[in-house]
Amino acid sequence: MDLLRFTTAGSVDDGKSTLIGRLLFDSKLIFEDQLQEIERTSKRRGEDGLNLALLTDGLRAEREQNITIDVAYRYFATPRRKFIIADTPGHEQYTRNMVTGASTADLAVILIDARKGVSRQSKRHASISSLLQIPHIVVCVNKMDLVEYSRDRFEEIVQEFEEFAGKLEVEDITFIPISALKGDNIVNKTENMPWYKGSTLMYHLEHVNIASDKNLVDFRFPVQYVIRPHQDFRGFAGRIVSGVIRPGEEIMVLPSRLTSTVRSIVTMNGELEEASAGVSVVMTIEDDIDISRGDMIVRKKNVPQVASKFDAFFCWMNPKSMEVDRQYMLMHSTRAVKAYARDIIYRLNVDTLHREKNGTLELNDIGRVEFETSQPLYFDPYKNNRGAGSFIVIDPATNVTVGAGMIRSAVVEETTQPAIKQKKSPDVVWHEWNIPREVREERNGHKAAVLWLTGLSASGKSTIARELEKKIYQKGCRTMLLDGDQVRHGLCSDLGFSDYDRTENIRRVAETARLFFEHGNIVICTFISPFQSDRDFARSLLPDGRFFEIYVDCDIETARTRDPKGLYERAIKGEIKNFTGISSPYEKPAKPELILNSKNYKPEELVDILYEELYSNQILT
Amino acid sequence: MKNKHLRILENESIYVMREAAAQFENPAILFSGGKDSILLVHLARKAFYPAKFPFPLVHIDTGHNFPETIVYRDELIEKLGARLIVGSVQESIDKGRVVEETGPEASRNWLQTVTLLDTIKEHKIDAAIGGGRRDEERARAKERFFSHRDIYGQWDPKNQRPELWNIFNGRKNPGEHFRVFPISNWTELDVWQYISQEKIALPSLYFSHKRKVFDRDGVTFAYTDFMTLLPHEKVYEKTVRFRTIGDATCTGTVDSNANTLEDIIAEVAASRLTERGNRNDDKRSEAAMEDRKLQGYF
Repeated sequence: MDLLRFTTAGSVDDGKSTLIGRLLFDSKLIFEDQLQEIERTSKRRGEDGLNLALLTDGLRAEREQNITIDVAYRYFATPRRKFIIADTPGHEQYTRNMVTGASTADLAVILIDARKGVSRQSKRHASISSLLQIPHIVVCVNKMDLVEYSRDRFEEIVQEFEEFAGKLEVEDITFIPISALKGDNIVNKTENMPWYKGSTLMYHLEHVNIASDKNLVDFRFPVQYVIRPHQDFRGFAGRIVSGVIRPGEEIMVLPSRLTSTVRSIVTMNGELEEASAGVSVVMTIEDDIDISRGDMIVRKKNVPQVASKFDAFFCWMNPKSMEVDRQYMLMHSTRAVKAYARDIIYRLNVDTLHREKNGTLELNDIGRVEFETSQPLYFDPYKNNRGAGSFIVIDPATNVTVGAGMIRSAVVEETTQPAIKQKKSPDVVWHEWNIPREVREERNGHKAAVLWLTGLSASGKSTIARELEKKIYQKGCRTMLLDGDQVRHGLCSDLGFSDYDRTENIRRVAETARLFFEHGNIVICTFISPFQSDRDFARSLLPDGRFFEIYVDCDIETARTRDPKGLYERAIKGEIKNFTGISSPYEKPAKPELILNSKNYKPEELVDILYEELYSNQILT
Repeated sequence: MKNKHLRILENESIYVMREAAAQFENPAILFSGGKDSILLVHLARKAFYPAKFPFPLVHIDTGHNFPETIVYRDELIEKLGARLIVGSVQESIDKGRVVEETGPEASRNWLQTVTLLDTIKEHKIDAAIGGGRRDEERARAKERFFSHRDIYGQWDPKNQRPELWNIFNGRKNPGEHFRVFPISNWTELDVWQYISQEKIALPSLYFSHKRKVFDRDGVTFAYTDFMTLLPHEKVYEKTVRFRTIGDATCTGTVDSNANTLEDIIAEVAASRLTERGNRNDDKRSEAAMEDRKLQGYF
C-alpha cells in the first residue's frame, strides 16, 4: 500500500468540506459514532439532512462560524492507497494555510462551483499549487447537479481554467465534473453525465502515478544528529532528502568540502545496501572528518549550489509586514542562520499573476525576494528539489514562523560595478571611490586588470609572474605582484591548509587584489587556488574583461621532478597534510582565459604569450 | 511492497524524534502504557540506534491504574535502561493543587493536566514527546508536529505557527515548552499493522480475556476498586479486550475474542466505531478534547 498526500482548497461555498465528507462517507470510512454525532448536531442546528462539513471542522470556533480556520489533516485508506488530506481553508486571509498544506502535497484538488465558474479563489489555489510545485492538479467542477449536469457549462469552465493555467508551471491537470452533495463521480461513476468518459475522483486519487515525482538524482543528506555511542562508532543521522547512496561511494561534506567514502548505512533492522530519498538512516564514513548538525553530505561529483545570496519566491505569513534589512532567522534543511531580505523584487498578485512593485510584503502576500544569509546555504532550486530548495523565516523577537520560501537560484553579483560586500551588517554602506579608477587609468596610460595564475605547486607560476612584472614595469605600468608565500607570512598568517582556510586565504587575497585594481594596477596573483568556486569568487569582484584566469598547466610528475622546495617529497612521506595534488584535490579551471603549458614551453616564451594577451585585450595599448 | 505506507510513516516519525533530540535540551517521552506510547518508545530506539535510548519516560499516574500497565512499564524501563519520571495525581491532590471530583462518575482525567504541567516544570522538560495522532479526534487533527505551549502550558490553536515541508521551528522563550507528536500521521490501523510487523510486545489488556465488568451509559467498564457502582449496576464476567488504555475509570472495554495481533487488525479494520468512542472523558461535551487541550492536556 502506497501513500498519497493531497491538499484540498476551496471557498466556504464551494462545498469542500462536503466533498471530503463524501469521500470518507462513500468509501465507508466514517464511523458510526461520528455519524451519530453529526446527525445530532445537524438536527440541533436545524439543518436539513447530514452536514458532512461537521466532520472536518475540528475547532469549536470553526463549527460555530461554519468556516475552516486552520489546516486540518484527515486520513483514509483504500486497499490501494493510504491518503492524507491537508484540508486548507479557502478564504483569503488564510492563504498562509493553503501554502502550508501545499508544501507536503503530491496532488492538489481544486474545487470550482459550476454555477460561478473560475473564481479569484480558484486562480489563487492554482497559482499557489504551481508555486509550491505540486506535481498533480485535479480540478473538480462541483455542484454539477445545479447546472443540470450540463456538458457545455463544464467545458466552458475547463477552457477558462486552462487559459489561466497556461501562464503557470503545471504539468498535469485533470478535470472532473462532480456533485459532492449527490455523490456524482466521487467514488461511484454517475449516470447523470454519460458524456463524461473520464475516471471518478477516487479512482484518479488511487491511480495517479507519484513514483516518478521523486528526485533520485541529486544525493542530499543534511546531518540531523551525530550518534556516538562509544569511541569506535561515529554515525551521522538524517533523512535522505533526494538521491540514492550505497556503501563504498565517494562523498563530500559541506561546508568543509572534505571527501571520504561511505562505510555503512546503519538501521536497527540491519545495514542497508542502498538507501534513497525519504529514508531515515545513520551513515558512517571511512575517514575521521569533523561533521555536525547542519552540515550536508553530498556526492563529490554532484554538489548543490553554495551561496549566501539567493533569490526566492517567498510567502509572508505574519500580520506585521515584512521589513527589508531587518535581521531574521532562516531555517533551511537542518541549518539555522541569520538572514535578511536585501530586496523585494516584486509582489506577485496571485489572482492575476501581475507583478507589482510594492517595497514590502504584507500578510498572505507572495513575492520574489532576494535574501542574504550570514553563512552560505547549500541548496538546489526548489523546482528541481523541494526538500533542498525550501526554507522558513523566523522572527527572532517572537520566535514565530513569519514566512516560507522557495529558492530560485543563487544571486551572482553584477560584475560591471565593484562588488558590494554586505556580509556582516546591512548598515555598512558602500561609498564610491574618491578618485574613480577610470581617472587613474587615464593618468597611468593603461587599464587595470587582475591576472590570476593558478596551478600546482612548482608548476612555474611564480617564475612567469616575476618576469612578466619586470617587463611591464619597465614599460612604465603600475603593477603589483601578490604571491602565496608572501601573504601567508602576514595578511593570512593565521590560516592553515584546510579547505576552509584555503577558501578564506583566497577570499582575502581576492579582496586585496581588488583594492590594488581600483588603484589602477595590473595585479598579478600567483596562488595554487585549487577550488573553482574560490577563483570564481575572485572573478565576481571584478568587472567583465578585467579578470584573467590563467591556468599554468603542468602535470604532477613534472612538477615533482622540479620541486624546488622539496615539498612533494615531504607530502608523499605524509609530513605535509592537505598538499594539493597529493592529498588534496586540484580543480582544473573550467573556462580559463589562457592556458600556459609550462611543461613544453620555456618561461620566457610563456611571458611573451601573456604579454601579448594584455595587448589583445586592450589592457595595454 | 505490501506495507510501503508503514515505512513512509516510520521514516517520518524517526525524523521528528531526531529533530526533537537536536533542537531541545531536555526532551522526554510521555508514557501512558498505551500502545501509542509503546510505539513511540520503539520508534525512538530505532531513531538513535546504536546509541543508548536518549529520553526519560514520563508517566502521569492517576493512581487508578490497571496493574498490567505498571508491570509492563517497569519491565520496559529496565530493558531500555531509561529513566522513569512519575508525576502522581494523588500527590497533586494531597498538596492541594487540585480537588478530586466526587460522585460515582468521578474521574481523575481532568486533574492529570495539573500534574502533567507541574512535572514538566519540575523536571525542566522543554519538549514533551507524545503519542497524539491526528486521526484520533477533531481537535487533535489541528495539531502540529512541533506544538508550542506558553508558560502556562496552554495551547493557542488559532495562532499556531505554520509548519511547512518538514522544517520544524522549536524556538521558544524560557519557561515555555513544546509538545512533539512524531506519530501525527498514523491511524489506528497503521499502528496495529506496524506493531504486528515489528512484533512489538504489548500489555495483555489489549488481547481478549475474561474479567469482571459492569455497564454504564452503554459502555462496558472493567470493575476495579476505584469504581463505585450505582444501585442498578451489576458486576458480571465477560470476554473483552481494551482498544485504548487510559485511566481505569474512563476506559471502556470492547466485546472481543481477538487474542492475536492479526485478529485485532481484522477487528479494527472492520470496526464501525472510533477508537475513542468508548472513552468517557471525550463525551463530556462536543469540544471536550479541545477544552482539555487548551489547558495543557496531552
